[in-house]
Amino acid sequence: MRRLAAAFVLLWLVVTLTFLLVRLAPGDAAAILVPPTATPADAARLRAELALDAPVAVQYAKWMGGLLRGDLGESFAQRRPVTAVLSEALPISLGLGLASLTLTFVVGVTIGTIQAARRRSVLDPLLTVVTTSVYAAPSYWLALSLIAVFTYGATVWGFPQALRLPAFGLRDPAGTASGWAAVVDLVRHAILPVTVLAAVGAAGIARYTRSTVADLAGAEWVRTAHAKGLGARAVYGRHVLANALPPLVVLLALSLPGVVAGSVFVESVFAWPGMGRAIVLAISSRDYPVVMGATLLYAALVILANLAADLALPLLDPRREA
Amino acid sequence: MNRLATFSAVLLASLIAGVVLVPALAGTDPLAIGDVLATRLVPPGATDGLGRFHLLGTDRFGRDLFVRMMLAGRVSLAVGVAGSLLAGMVGTAVGAVAAWRGGVVDRIAMAVSDALLSIPRLILLLLCAALWHPGVGTVLAVLAATGWMGVARLVRGEVLGVRAQPYVSAAQALGASSRRVLWRHVVPNALGPAIVATTLGVGNAILLESGLSFLGLGIQPPKPSWGNMIAGGRDLIVTAPWVAIAPGLALIVTVLACTLLGDSLRDRLAGERPRDIAERA
Repeated sequence: MRRLAAAFVLLWLVVTLTFLLVRLAPGDAAAILVPPTATPADAARLRAELALDAPVAVQYAKWMGGLLRGDLGESFAQRRPVTAVLSEALPISLGLGLASLTLTFVVGVTIGTIQAARRRSVLDPLLTVVTTSVYAAPSYWLALSLIAVFTYGATVWGFPQALRLPAFGLRDPAGTASGWAAVVDLVRHAILPVTVLAAVGAAGIARYTRSTVADLAGAEWVRTAHAKGLGARAVYGRHVLANALPPLVVLLALSLPGVVAGSVFVESVFAWPGMGRAIVLAISSRDYPVVMGATLLYAALVILANLAADLALPLLDPRREA
Repeated sequence: MNRLATFSAVLLASLIAGVVLVPALAGTDPLAIGDVLATRLVPPGATDGLGRFHLLGTDRFGRDLFVRMMLAGRVSLAVGVAGSLLAGMVGTAVGAVAAWRGGVVDRIAMAVSDALLSIPRLILLLLCAALWHPGVGTVLAVLAATGWMGVARLVRGEVLGVRAQPYVSAAQALGASSRRVLWRHVVPNALGPAIVATTLGVGNAILLESGLSFLGLGIQPPKPSWGNMIAGGRDLIVTAPWVAIAPGLALIVTVLACTLLGDSLRDRLAGERPRDIAERA
C-alpha cells in the first residue's frame, strides 16, 4: 500500500516536471498551430481560446484538476479529446510491444543459454559478435535494411510471392479482406516491425542471459547435478534456468516501457499509427495536451513495470523479501 | 576478453584517424554539389559520369558517400563523447552533493532523478530536443539533461560508502574544509562506477544523437551526421539502398567498439545490472 502511494507521488512529480518542461520552452504554440496565412490577431484569438495566455500556474491547476477527473483535455491540433487520440494509438503500440517482447525473451534466453553452455566452442564468440552488433544497431536502420531486403532485394533476387512482405502500414490499403484473410494480412504487416524490435531486444537479453547462466553454471550445485548423472537438458532446465529466472523477470518488466518507447522509430519507419507516432507528431506541432497525456501514459507504464518487478521477485525467489 | 578490448581500441583509433584524415585528404568538398545528373546515385565501387571512383557510391546530389560518412563521423563521435562526458559530470556533481549534504538536498535530488527515470529516455529526449532549436548545442544539453540520473545514483551510493572511511575523518580532523574533503578526498575515490557508466554511455549517446538526427530533431543538414544521412537515404531505400545502409554500418562499428571497450572496463569493476539493458531502447 505504501509502495502504491509512493508510485502515485512519483507519477505526480513526473507530470509536474513535464508540464514545466513543456510550457517553459521558448516558442509560441498558437503561432505554430495557426495556418501560415493567419494574422497575428488570429493567433491571439487562438491563444485565448486554448487558454494559453493564462499564467502557467493557472494552466497547471486547470490541467491537474482535469486529470483528477480523468479528463486529459482536448488535442489542440485534432480538436478531440486526448483520451480518444491515445486510446486509438495505445493498443497498437502495446500489441507491437508485447508481441516483440515475447519473441525477445524466447529468442534471447535461448541464444544466451546456448552460448553459456557452449562456452568452449566457436559458437560462443560468433554469437557474441552477432548479438553485440545487433545490440549496437539503431532500430530504424535495421528497419530500413529489412525493407531494402524485402522490396529492393525481393525484385533483384526474385523472392516468391509469399516472402514479399508489406513494408508500410497496418493493413492492406485496399482493405477488402475480412475474417481470416484480415488476420493474415495484419500478421504479414506485423512481421517486419516485430522482428526489428525483437532483434534489438533479444540481443540485449542474450548478452545478459549468457553472463548470468555462465555464472550459475560454475556453481557447486550444478556440478553436483552433473555428477549425479543428470542430462544436460535437465541440468540447464531444472537447475540453472530456474535460478536465472528471477533477474530475467525483472529485466522483462523493466524492458516493456523501453520496447514501447523504442517503437517510436519503428512506427515512424513502418508508418504505424501508434503511440510513438502520436507523440512525435504532437511534439512537433506543439500539441501540449497530447504530449502531456502521452508522457503520463509512458511514465505510468514505467512505474507500473517497476512495481510489478518488485512484487514478482519474492514470488519467484523466496529468499528475497518483498 | 582482453583481445576483444585491444581489437576495439584499435578499431576506434583507426576510425578516429579516418574521420580526421579522410575529409581533409579528399580532393572534393563533401558538401559541394556539382554536376548532379552525371554523378548522382552511383552504386558502391563504381565510377561516375565524370570518371571519378566512389568507394561507397554517391547520394542523390552526387556527393561521395565515403567522404561524407567520415565527415559525419566527426560530428557523431564528438557529440557522443562530449554528451556522455557532460552527463557523467552532471551526474557526479549531483550524486556527490546529494550524498554529502544529505537531508532535504538529497531527497529533492533523488526525487527528481526518480521522476526523470520514470520517463523512457527517448521520450524525454524528444520532449527536450523538439522544444528548443535543433543543433549541436541542443543535442549536447539534452544528452546531459537526460543522462545524468544513472551516474548520480551510482556516485551517491559510492560517496555514502567512502565517507565512512577513516581517511575522510582524518582529513576532517586535519581541518580541511567540507568542500575540500568532498572533492579532493571523497569524490576521486567514488569515481570507479561512474567512469564505467560514462564509457558505456558513449555508444548510447551516439545512438541517441543519430536517432534524434534521423527524426530531424538533431544535427541539421547540410551538416552531415550518421543519423541524418540515414534519414536522407530513407526514401531511396527501394531504389538506392546503399545511401542509407553505409552510414548505418559506420554507426554499428563505432557503437560496437565503444560497447566492447566499456564492457571490458566494467568486467574489471562490477557486474551488469538489468537496468543498463532495459534503458537501451
